[in-house]
Amino acid sequence: MTTTSGTFDVARIREDFPLLKQTVNGKPLVYLDNAATSQKPQSMIDALVRYYTTENSNVHRGVHTLSQLATDDYEAARTKVRKFINAAEDHELIYVRGTTEGINLVAQTFGRQNIGQGDEIIISTMEHHSNIVPWQILCEEKGAQLKVVPINDSGELLIDEYEKLLSPRTKLVSIVHQSNALGTINPMEAIIEMAHSRGVPVLVDGAQSIPHMTIDVQKMGCDFFVFSGHKLFGPTGIGILYGKAEYLNAMPPYQAGGEMIRSVSFEKTTYNVLPHKFEAGTPNIAGAIGLGAAIDYLNDLGMERINTYEKELLDYGTDCLSRIEGLKIIGTAKEKGGILSFVLGDIHPHDIGTILDTQGIAIRTGHHCAQPVMQRFGIPATARASLAFYNTKAEIDSLVEGIDRVLEVFS
Amino acid sequence: MSQLPDVPLDGLYGDAIMDHYRNPRRRSPLPNADIESHELNPFCGDEITLRMKLGADGRVEAVSSVSQGCSIIQASASMMAELMTGQMLSALKERSQKFRSMMRGESLAEDDLKGLGDLLALLVVRRYPVRIKCALLPWLALEEGIEKMASDGVRLYPKNEGI
Ligand SMILES: Cc1ncc(COP(=O)(O)O)c(C=O)c1O
Repeated sequence: MTTTSGTFDVARIREDFPLLKQTVNGKPLVYLDNAATSQKPQSMIDALVRYYTTENSNVHRGVHTLSQLATDDYEAARTKVRKFINAAEDHELIYVRGTTEGINLVAQTFGRQNIGQGDEIIISTMEHHSNIVPWQILCEEKGAQLKVVPINDSGELLIDEYEKLLSPRTKLVSIVHQSNALGTINPMEAIIEMAHSRGVPVLVDGAQSIPHMTIDVQKMGCDFFVFSGHKLFGPTGIGILYGKAEYLNAMPPYQAGGEMIRSVSFEKTTYNVLPHKFEAGTPNIAGAIGLGAAIDYLNDLGMERINTYEKELLDYGTDCLSRIEGLKIIGTAKEKGGILSFVLGDIHPHDIGTILDTQGIAIRTGHHCAQPVMQRFGIPATARASLAFYNTKAEIDSLVEGIDRVLEVFS
Repeated sequence: MSQLPDVPLDGLYGDAIMDHYRNPRRRSPLPNADIESHELNPFCGDEITLRMKLGADGRVEAVSSVSQGCSIIQASASMMAELMTGQMLSALKERSQKFRSMMRGESLAEDDLKGLGDLLALLVVRRYPVRIKCALLPWLALEEGIEKMASDGVRLYPKNEGI
């Protein structure tokens, strides 16, 4: 078993993830469901334990020592996120529950403020439901229209069609960076440039891209970027909405309550400054600190090295799976991240998932909250193996053996 | 930790289920049915269309059960179709309820178990909680069909048994 790739010592790295050591159904766990959620390094888990054991208190409220410590760590985590995605200012980062809440926040504030009757929002065929439904609801409320960029048979966005859809009525473009169902990595810089040349802002759903590549929001040029901590080796219930200050400042508040106000009287309430304006109520303090710890961990490994290793793993997986007779990979874009979505003859993905599970192999089966993608390919569901940097070629070999077992059962 | 037996798949893909999956019964769509019902599980695309034709005595005279999806829904749909012919809707409704409580993990009386016949092969699905709904979908279609019949005033019970 080779788990060392260049200087990327995967065997060593796996030691950092306690959950990966367990057996499932009597077999060593092969965790290939990283696009759903990722596993957690011990240092991240320790940060949560340390916070609750030694520091737990509310932020931005107390003058006492613990509250000060908690506030410092909570805000230090924000700075870590800023550096991680190269945002210009800490206050451009809003803590939210995850990608879903980030998109809903923008829809309910920026969207309700700027999108009206006859206006248009552009999304794509490969969006996760969380980047479709909030816009549909907004469009219904405002009498606006959703325009959808089509994709080709490889699962690549048709950029020419996108350009044609941009019109004077377009008020926002909201596109996924890396598709969770297909793995396609979209050319965000080009997409953003075309929108900006017409004065249209762009939201990027970064849920699936940020765990696997270096993100530089200033270089990319996006106006909003959202992601979930739990897919980035951090805790559940925490995520980030990045927005350019000019937009965030102009947007009305999302939720109302404590923390987001500057002064309240029954006659008039004035809102707090960024980022607090969008962080009503006691936030997920431990979550933010855990996210910061996950980012520390990733910085130690290096996103470039992670990306290089994962590419190698994806190439290996693509090659192995392509050799299996009757197996068809759904999503074969030239620019692609570590997602292997496939169908296997007429064997239903549920059956594949169950048989693999008995061998300790965890994959996802279903429509992956991307039903329009399934419709585009004329299938009800796929089986999906999604990779992270702690996966190995040996695990891909186990997946292949598992699929062979599926074929045996259904032969 | 492990909820599954060490023997892989312990019967989930056993002979009875695979036989019904590979050779589904009553699969050609019934023309001029008296009632049609349809169920869909949007999460996985499992789908069933059930059609029934009733005889003058109120018994099921013909049935078609066309399902799409995994092996479990297809086997369950086929097994269900096979035992429907000649039955009163009241008896089918009762059997459906028995089957559902069996799948929910309730223990059934000896006689009830016997009455389930081939369906007993689906008992193994209980070990795979996420798959139970696959086995139940055809029965939801059956119960929906029976409801529709009842609301149309169709006789569910044999003569002299009363309602
Ligand atoms: C591309 C994409 N967008 C959005 C989401 C939603 O993320 P969350 O459920 O963490 O809010 C997901 C999660 O599956 C995703 O893959």
